[in-house]
Amino acid sequence: MKLTVASSPHIRGNFRTYRIMLDVVIALLPALFVGVWMLGLRALMVTLICVAGAVASEYLYSIITKTRNTTLDCSAIVTGLLLAMTLPHTVPYWQAAVGSVFAIIIVKALCGGLGQNIFNPALAARAFLMLIYPVGLTRYSALGVDAVSAATPLHHMVMPALPEESLLDMFLGRCPGSIGELSALALLIGGVYLVIRKVISIRIPVAYLGSVAVLTLIFHKAGSPLEWMLYSLLSGGVMLGAIFMATDYATSPATAWGQILYGIGCGVLTVVFRYYGIFPEGVTYAILLMNALVWVIDRYTAPRRFGVKKGGVKA
Amino acid sequence: MKKRPFFGGIHPKYNKEMSLGVTDFHMITPKQVVIPLLQHIGAPCQSLVAVGDKVLKGQKIGDGEGLCVPVHASVSGTVVAIEPRPHTSGRMVNAIVIDNDCQDTEIEFSPITAPLETLEQDQILHAIREAGIVGMGGAAFPGNVKALSAMGNVDTLIANACECEPYITADDSLLRTTPEQVLEGMTILRHVLKPNRVVLAVEDNKAAAIEKIRNIIGDYPGIELAVLPTRYPQGAEKQLIQALTGREVQPGKLPVSVGCAVFNVSTYAAIFRAVRWGKPLTERIVTISGEAIAQPQNFIVRIGTPFHDLIEVAGGLNEKTERVISGGPMMGFAQSDLSVPVIKATNSILCLLRDRNGAAENPVCLRCGKCVGVCPMRLQPLYMYRFVNAGRLDEMNRLNLMDCIECGSCAFTCPGKLPLVETFRKGKQMIREANAK
Repeated sequence: MKLTVASSPHIRGNFRTYRIMLDVVIALLPALFVGVWMLGLRALMVTLICVAGAVASEYLYSIITKTRNTTLDCSAIVTGLLLAMTLPHTVPYWQAAVGSVFAIIIVKALCGGLGQNIFNPALAARAFLMLIYPVGLTRYSALGVDAVSAATPLHHMVMPALPEESLLDMFLGRCPGSIGELSALALLIGGVYLVIRKVISIRIPVAYLGSVAVLTLIFHKAGSPLEWMLYSLLSGGVMLGAIFMATDYATSPATAWGQILYGIGCGVLTVVFRYYGIFPEGVTYAILLMNALVWVIDRYTAPRRFGVKKGGVKA
Repeated sequence: MKKRPFFGGIHPKYNKEMSLGVTDFHMITPKQVVIPLLQHIGAPCQSLVAVGDKVLKGQKIGDGEGLCVPVHASVSGTVVAIEPRPHTSGRMVNAIVIDNDCQDTEIEFSPITAPLETLEQDQILHAIREAGIVGMGGAAFPGNVKALSAMGNVDTLIANACECEPYITADDSLLRTTPEQVLEGMTILRHVLKPNRVVLAVEDNKAAAIEKIRNIIGDYPGIELAVLPTRYPQGAEKQLIQALTGREVQPGKLPVSVGCAVFNVSTYAAIFRAVRWGKPLTERIVTISGEAIAQPQNFIVRIGTPFHDLIEVAGGLNEKTERVISGGPMMGFAQSDLSVPVIKATNSILCLLRDRNGAAENPVCLRCGKCVGVCPMRLQPLYMYRFVNAGRLDEMNRLNLMDCIECGSCAFTCPGKLPLVETFRKGKQMIREANAK
């Protein structure tokens, strides 16, 4: 009998990478369902193209560079799915494909692969597409009729005015928008699932949504402060961003206070970009900007050393 | 929500019920025992016997100067060799090998029978030393030295029965069978150290033991029973002190610095037997458990009994056994040679099959940050791992790598299956080497 001599610990928990990724996929399904239900099968096609593009890129990259094949950890599926969530269903298929390849190859693989990338691959890819194909990324069509372009609730809010849709419609997803951001309810269900499964902590989403809520309540632009705040939370990509994008492991802080600070930073920047930016939405750039600060945030929010009080005094 | 008594921690699957079934202990009679001359932290003993000598059970066969406590024969018989033998630490350590004559002819013991109040502290410490008592929870620090350093410096005396490692039920068994020995031992050390508070700490997953203690604790006024919510690594000294007193031991300092002294319950029982029965430490309770052993149970084992003897009595190993561990699954040492003997600090022999959640072929850090949340020392394992691998001494020091107690909570939790503890040991070695220059 050959006994293995290895370092402790000799037992491990059953938490695994692919399980986390599958949980994220499961958590996104309600939002995807609403997107396809409201926007039609084209939304599903866009999603499938993004996922296929991401998985194929991941696989081919490992073949070409002779690095280890990480396709099985399912992280590429998550990246493709997240990218699709941020796109209008009218986006040309090939643009969706370009985006998914960019996300995996440029943003993730070239940074060292899983866990090594500085920027959220899906959001960086979306920012890239916004830059070179602004038309494809900002044209939304009315529900059910692809030919007629429509203003999203956010377009109204830029005016500033309250959107035409009722708050309930916005909550349930009866409004134009990107594939995955229609229904706050569907996204919240996914978020609750991720928290229950201990995939994410509530720190980042709560800090993010909380700071957006506080700022829009104080600096309301139309309607009553409460209405303005609720519309601000329900419109655009804030929910998707706070629950699924800002909580991406590789590009968010690991310390508890770091996560809170980061969430607040995302919220503040989102409101600032919405109020002062040239696009109606600010979520993408808010999160990408905060991504760049993650290591610095972690460094300055290290937990207090055991046995030492702040300032080095005995605890 | 109830405040957590200490930072971080995990809830592994405990598997303690496996070894709890048998309550009347077997006493095993090995044909030969191997008594290492180093079974404690400190200087090794010199042998007091020569090859060919006849020895009696309980006879002192090794002793030394400085930070050193004696070792004793655990059987009567003949010394057949004094030579380096495999040791649970993984090194070769000089050991006295005795052929058992199976007579169990004992030396004459000299118990102290006078009432406790009349005893001098030195007299008790001397008895503890001469009995060869060390910390039996795993650290194996000489008991008399620890007690001496605590004299006049502690207000809280703690008995550690947390036994937070999965599988192990040795302390649990001790409390279920002879709790009075533990409480008597605590009374003796209380007389030596004069603390304000004396507390026996147990995790709440040991209901039978807790009931036994509750039944008799009334006879020991002033001793408090603390039942703590089960969480690993509660039995780690710093974490237990934090859980019981709220005090945090400063980096690099000992529990005495915050007025606490912690001994394992087995150590208290051994102190009682040393003082009141005059018996040296020649046997202890050992859990043998794990999915790879036929009959998990607890034994009273003579110090020096080879692992394979115990494994045989417990029904033998499954042919798919992957590791045999001395100690617990979280912090124990994997053994390659099963002729290693049980020593004073061996609380468990664990036989495990391959762990389905075991190390990944290609460990990858996702940066999920779960390691930060579970670290009881409030470290940032994910960054420590990166910077040890990058060889960055400045960053290792900034991240307080030396504070790591190697409890394994981070590695247990890590979804990427990073070899965290292994890497941190390497990093600590790098720091030590750099400091030595």
